[in-house]
Amino acid sequence: MRFSCSNIITICGFAFLYLPIITLIVFSFNSSSLITVWKEFSFTWYEELWRDEEMIAAFFTSIKVGAFSATGAVIIGTLAGVSLQRIGGFKGKSIFSMLLPIPLVVPEVVIAFAISLVFVTINRLTGFPSKLGFETVVIAHMVIGVTYVSLLTQAKLAELDPAYEEAALDLGASPMKVFFLVTLPLISPALISGWLLCFTISMDDLIISSFTAGSGVITLPMLIYSRIRFGISPVINALATVIVVVILLITIIVLCINFTKKTNYFKKRS
Amino acid sequence: MNIGIFDRYRFWIITTPFIWVGLFIVLASLLLLCISFSATEFAVVPYKSLFQFIDGGLEIKPDISSYQALFSDSFYIKALKNSLKLAAISTFFVLIIGYPMAYTISQASDKNRLLLLILIMAPFWTALLIRIYGWIMILKSNGLLNQFFLWLGVIDQPLQLINSQTSIVVGIVYTYLPFMILPIYSSLLKIEPDIIEAAADLGARPFQIFWRIIFPLSLPGVVIGVILVFIPAIGEFVIPDLLGGAKIFTVGKLLWTEFFMNRDWPMASAITILMIIIVVAPIKVVNNILNRG
Repeated sequence: MRFSCSNIITICGFAFLYLPIITLIVFSFNSSSLITVWKEFSFTWYEELWRDEEMIAAFFTSIKVGAFSATGAVIIGTLAGVSLQRIGGFKGKSIFSMLLPIPLVVPEVVIAFAISLVFVTINRLTGFPSKLGFETVVIAHMVIGVTYVSLLTQAKLAELDPAYEEAALDLGASPMKVFFLVTLPLISPALISGWLLCFTISMDDLIISSFTAGSGVITLPMLIYSRIRFGISPVINALATVIVVVILLITIIVLCINFTKKTNYFKKRS
Repeated sequence: MNIGIFDRYRFWIITTPFIWVGLFIVLASLLLLCISFSATEFAVVPYKSLFQFIDGGLEIKPDISSYQALFSDSFYIKALKNSLKLAAISTFFVLIIGYPMAYTISQASDKNRLLLLILIMAPFWTALLIRIYGWIMILKSNGLLNQFFLWLGVIDQPLQLINSQTSIVVGIVYTYLPFMILPIYSSLLKIEPDIIEAAADLGARPFQIFWRIIFPLSLPGVVIGVILVFIPAIGEFVIPDLLGGAKIFTVGKLLWTEFFMNRDWPMASAITILMIIIVVAPIKVVNNILNRG
């Protein structure tokens, strides 16, 4: 090894990345309620978690918010991607393509605050949404998602040979049919990984939810945040272990979808 | 590319995303700008509208008190300085740790490389709050690191690790490491092995090869990595809030406090506008440099 120094840093770097996660998982099996003192192996905190109705309710709220917002983001994001990639020269296209990625650039607190201002203003003008709650959280979570999905669809459409669509059109399929039977299945890997990406982002989000939830809704991250501020408890360790396992499964699915065809990314240019 | 299948429905396809961007990006930005120039008011919606209709005429009375406070009150200036300082220190450490990691991964065999990249990205997909919670367990005064040091006998009193600037830096470095490694890795991968071989044949020593060939060629990746770490780190809220304690303020925490505790929306808007300027200006500068080069 020529730069063996870099290998040592790499090993330390990986240890650094996994240290907190491993700590969490190990101490979730600790019977002591003193969180950092090891007593004996037990499933006490998992039982506690199972009985924690507030936590379970928040979990299902987050799942619902994630599913609705990811679905909404995929629909609007696909329309945005198609507009930018397949429809040529309409008015405002360049401004539109400049504005669309903004949510990825600015800090999350900025997005969250700006969205809550939009809700308040629309409410003043039209009376809808009548109060902050489930619907506003779903819509707010879509803002970042739409941008991600539109970028993924654009990339997928760009590498898609238009000949497929042209052939279907030549053979007499209506444009609607071409879109749903040819284009959509061909870009579906981008849509699926986009959906999962939006879902994970939504499940992980604290800031946007806090600004747009009002007092009606508590998502899982909001509950975890308030519990952590209140004082740390091994129940959160048990929950963390469950989340790590679930998200790892989702990650593996996303990676399988995304990278089976893109293996070039890992190969050296020769 | 215009192949015609979407032409019949183009109006309907374009409208929805247009309305979306109009509402949540254009309208949102305009609202921020207007409210930042409004006066604070104790009401359900805590600001006075910038546009007042008086005697049938439109009157615009900009109120710059929020900006004045932002640039004169030492509390706000300190928060801003803190944010920039912590982001800069963290970015430096992320680069120091991330570059060798990216290099090692780029040198690994094809199969190992895939595995290492997945290992880099996996923590990133695990809820941020929970990973920060893991750091609280490690860093708090009776946490694992202090226990370890006490056991080693290096110290005889627990160190104050959490609720300090150091713990914020640890949190940011930890969270943003993948954002530095991935762009550097992809630019290292693009370097032709022939160039390195040629340099070695011509008698360059390994250090010279690295410093005069590999590093300059990987610079675009370094620049992207620095942007991807530095910019979001400025506006970070969760990390400074949970690891930094109540005393250290950053702009992200300031915005949160103005919105939830003080309900001062004009002030919050002014902070937001300042954050946007701080964030967008470096992107513009770097973009110009990259386009020129």
